Amino acid sequence: MLRIENLSAGYGSIRALHQISLTVSEGEIVCLIGSNGVGKTTTLKTISGLLRPDEGGIYFDNRDISRTPPHKIVEMGISHVPEGRNVFPRLTVRENLELGAYARKDKAQIKKDFAQVMETFPQLAVREKQSAGTLSGGEQQMLAIGRALMSRPRLLLLDEPSMGLAPLFVLGIFEIITEINRQGTTILLVEQNAQLALRTAHRGYVMETGRIILDDSAAALLQNERVRKAYLGE
Amino acid sequence: MFIQQLMNGLVLGSTYALIALGYTMVYGIIELINFAHGEIYMFGAFAGLILVTVLKVPFFLAFFLAMALASLLGITVEYLAYRPLRRSTRLAALISAIGASIFLQNLALWRMGAQPYTFPSPFEPKVYQTAFFTISRVEIIILLFSFLLMIGLSLFIQKTKIGKAMRATAQDKDTASLMGININKIITITFAIGSALGAAAGVMVGIYFRTVTPSMGLMPGLKGFVAAVLGGIGNIPGAMMGGILLGITEVMGAAYISSQYRDAVAFALLIMVLLLKPTGLLGRPTQEKV
Repeated sequence: MLRIENLSAGYGSIRALHQISLTVSEGEIVCLIGSNGVGKTTTLKTISGLLRPDEGGIYFDNRDISRTPPHKIVEMGISHVPEGRNVFPRLTVRENLELGAYARKDKAQIKKDFAQVMETFPQLAVREKQSAGTLSGGEQQMLAIGRALMSRPRLLLLDEPSMGLAPLFVLGIFEIITEINRQGTTILLVEQNAQLALRTAHRGYVMETGRIILDDSAAALLQNERVRKAYLGE
Repeated sequence: MFIQQLMNGLVLGSTYALIALGYTMVYGIIELINFAHGEIYMFGAFAGLILVTVLKVPFFLAFFLAMALASLLGITVEYLAYRPLRRSTRLAALISAIGASIFLQNLALWRMGAQPYTFPSPFEPKVYQTAFFTISRVEIIILLFSFLLMIGLSLFIQKTKIGKAMRATAQDKDTASLMGININKIITITFAIGSALGAAAGVMVGIYFRTVTPSMGLMPGLKGFVAAVLGGIGNIPGAMMGGILLGITEVMGAAYISSQYRDAVAFALLIMVLLLKPTGLLGRPTQEKV
């Protein structure tokens, strides 16, 4: 479904990604793990079009999207939940969710999806008319994920969904991620909590300083000596 | 006397408010002080004048046509002078804005000459007398149109899909584009609306003071900017409030202190408000995002 080939990207003269390649197949949860600042977020930003790659290709359904602007990429079926949640703080919960469906025109189905999101995240239903900035961190993360679902993505990019959340919330969010995948959405997950990510995903890639150094099934990575030492704290 | 001055201030202030909206909307979206906005206002007045006097278009039609033409001019200025500099420093865009302002003013000077033109009165002058104040037909029209435009703008921003997209873009451009919002399109729409409101003010001031000149955008442009900062730049209700407040203060200053100090009073108000509340009346504290 998604194929990245020899992708390099960066900010100005600073190169953050060095020729990385990865694939995500339909129906999978793939995770990208690694410490802070190794290029995980940059990878997602390049896929969703926020950042132009310096070289290499990004293929979605075999179409090169490496030069496509972000608003077109959303229409193609990729939705990106950015790091730090980034809900629109001065819009209401409802308005945030409505904007998730901005690119769509099927009003009746949007209504149904709205009800579906409210059912998945009952806490949001209570706060429908509140401005998003007044929500707790966990609620904002739910809103950001719910908003991404409103675009009916085929591929969901999740950047650090556990960041800054209480442990109990984290487990809840990851249960929901698994459920979203079970209902047919492919997921590329960036996460610092390697343990949790590898238990949720089918396959994983390990990044170090802008390069992918390992890729394997999640189960195998959990057993991998190097991964256990560096990322699982054993 | 006092209520009379209050009414005069309200009329003047509502035109400032319309101009201030253009500054504040553009700033809200791209964080640029569009210094060419005063010239858009001037262009609107000239467009209205030419439509009415040369092309003999009925006044109300000319009014809306002038707004539409100014929209096109605003879009063009953004496209040619600001868009190429989107990724460069803010100072570069600011200098380009000052350049666009000087260019448009000189273009008008070259085509129209420096002499003032008289805007013919579009309707029979008539003055209404109430118990507390007198008000002319032109003043009623200015108040009515200004408030209708401001209510219309508020509804548009609050209720429509594009209005929501504009608010989202003002809060976070990257995330807005991840929603499928075409940021360039939103910027174009913002310039179109802001310029149309500025031109509406230009035409109304044209029929109010009856003169139109190429340099007429300078002072009102500055006052509109002051009004926007007064209300909290980037904040739409703030711009409306700032404009009205500025108009009333200026008229009061002219009436009770000296009419020669009217501009000084306006800027003194700005300094006072900024000393007490640096973000403007309705502005929120800005946080530097990392």
